Amino acid sequence: PAQLLDRLERLALVDFRDAEGVERLQEAIRFAEQLQEVNTDGVEPMDSVLEDRCLYLREDDVTEGNCAKELLKNAREKVEEYFVAPPGNIPLPKLDEQETVLRGS
Amino acid sequence: LAPWVPVVGLEIHAQISSNSKLFSASQVQFAAPPNSLVSFFDASLPGTLPVLNRRCVEAAVMTGLALNCSINKRSLFDRKHYFYADLPAGYQITQQRVPIAVNGSLSYSLCIDNKMSQMVTRTVRIKQIQLEQDSGKSLHDDTRSQTLVDLNRAGVGLMEVVMEPDMCCGEEAAAAVRELQLILQTLGSSQAVMAEGQLRVDANVSVHHPGEPYGVRTEVKNINSIRFLAKAVDYEIQRQIEELENGRTILNETRAFDSKLGCTVPMRDKEGEQDYRFMPEPNLPPLILYDAESLPANMDHQQVVNIDWIHERLPDLPSVKRAKLVEQYGILPEHSFTLLNEDGLMEFFENTVKQTQMKPRKVIGWILNDLLSYLKKHSLTVKESPVSSLLLGDLLNLLERKDITAAAAKQVLAELWKGEGKSPLEIIKEKKLEVIQDHKELEQICQAVIDGHENEVIMVVLG
Repeated sequence: PAQLLDRLERLALVDFRDAEGVERLQEAIRFAEQLQEVNTDGVEPMDSVLEDRCLYLREDDVTEGNCAKELLKNAREKVEEYFVAPPGNIPLPKLDEQETVLRGS
Repeated sequence: LAPWVPVVGLEIHAQISSNSKLFSASQVQFAAPPNSLVSFFDASLPGTLPVLNRRCVEAAVMTGLALNCSINKRSLFDRKHYFYADLPAGYQITQQRVPIAVNGSLSYSLCIDNKMSQMVTRTVRIKQIQLEQDSGKSLHDDTRSQTLVDLNRAGVGLMEVVMEPDMCCGEEAAAAVRELQLILQTLGSSQAVMAEGQLRVDANVSVHHPGEPYGVRTEVKNINSIRFLAKAVDYEIQRQIEELENGRTILNETRAFDSKLGCTVPMRDKEGEQDYRFMPEPNLPPLILYDAESLPANMDHQQVVNIDWIHERLPDLPSVKRAKLVEQYGILPEHSFTLLNEDGLMEFFENTVKQTQMKPRKVIGWILNDLLSYLKKHSLTVKESPVSSLLLGDLLNLLERKDITAAAAKQVLAELWKGEGKSPLEIIKEKKLEVIQDHKELEQICQAVIDGHENEVIMVVLG
């Protein structure tokens, strides 16, 4: 269970030590649970409102690109036409390296 | 000690050979100035939408048909979410639920005992083929603690070929991938050059005892050639066996193959299982494919992908080409494998056969033993051969007409390799390699030898 919580914290990036955060999360779950009230027996789930449309197929021609300058305008940092990003996935400290205190339930 | 059964499955990503990307019209090209082949959609700027490239669909259908798959006339696109600097949208558009092709098979051949003379055929099941987007490229700069991102590759079309875990060792995996590579190159759906990242292979490896359930599997990435694939798989099998025999457990992790050290190491960024939060791609309706039967009467041709039309136009696959070579030229099956394995060798062989009266069964020896070993020794491709099929054909004609001996022919060939532009006839004249036809001359030579070796003659006469 402690590992499960740690895993959930990492995925959701929600801090379970914070009582307010936990309450907000509970509210969100309660809100989403309203979906269960709808009777969906015999109804196929809909993926997309476009499901009756025809998927348009494009010819294999090159008509875009060559706009590095424009794209890089939005970049806060750049190095010779490369976007700059922070290094890899910065791992959160491991389970035993931090105190996990849960309030409420 | 109970025997171990290794189980190997492969996930192969083949870059589709097309002018533009899967969902955008920016160009697909290997080396180009960073971020010069990127459209607004590829950079995931708000307000952009995916538009499917017809050529990519056709490539996937061709590949599915060549691998004996059932083509799904209705397939769906999904989003696979994860965070990485080279995936600007934060998700990859793929086909997880209903891919374009399923349930196929790939047959490949292996030499047992490392001898070319004993070949066995094995089959690996293809679970599915799906269309998906490639990600950009990250260059890690550890000194400055940053990552440089080039999105040229972001959005390029990929066919992911998922193979069932029907293989048991590095050799089988390598042979299967080699055959797939040849098929893709024959179809033209992918150029499948591993060195340029057009063919990427990840291996899933586990071991278990016979009769027991499958063991925990690890995923091995960063395999950059077919040779390394065999090494990586075999190393991982051995590593897992050793761990288990020493009472330890195998972690369900992703490991990288280190080609310098020849071993696999855990990958830093992939910790535990990922939650990809798969969801349908809301911007794309289902992909509908047609065949001769279901073809709608008055639809724009350009909007229709007809499976049967594509099927009729499939070129001869490698296995068919090999069978034809064996039948047409009377060569051995293992010869046909070597001919197809080297780029251009089959054409060279056929051209040489056209040039000469020598039987193909004899020509093949000169191609595989002399020509090929020379090329290998000097790391040349068939295209770079200093000896053309015309020259070789001429030489073999001289041999066939018995103007020279086989030994002499080899000498002439050695001269021809130098590529000095001399013809076989010129070399023969130069080195006086012609077979002496004149009986009188032959008699004189024999007499001279006998005269010069009196003692030996006496020994022979005495018996």
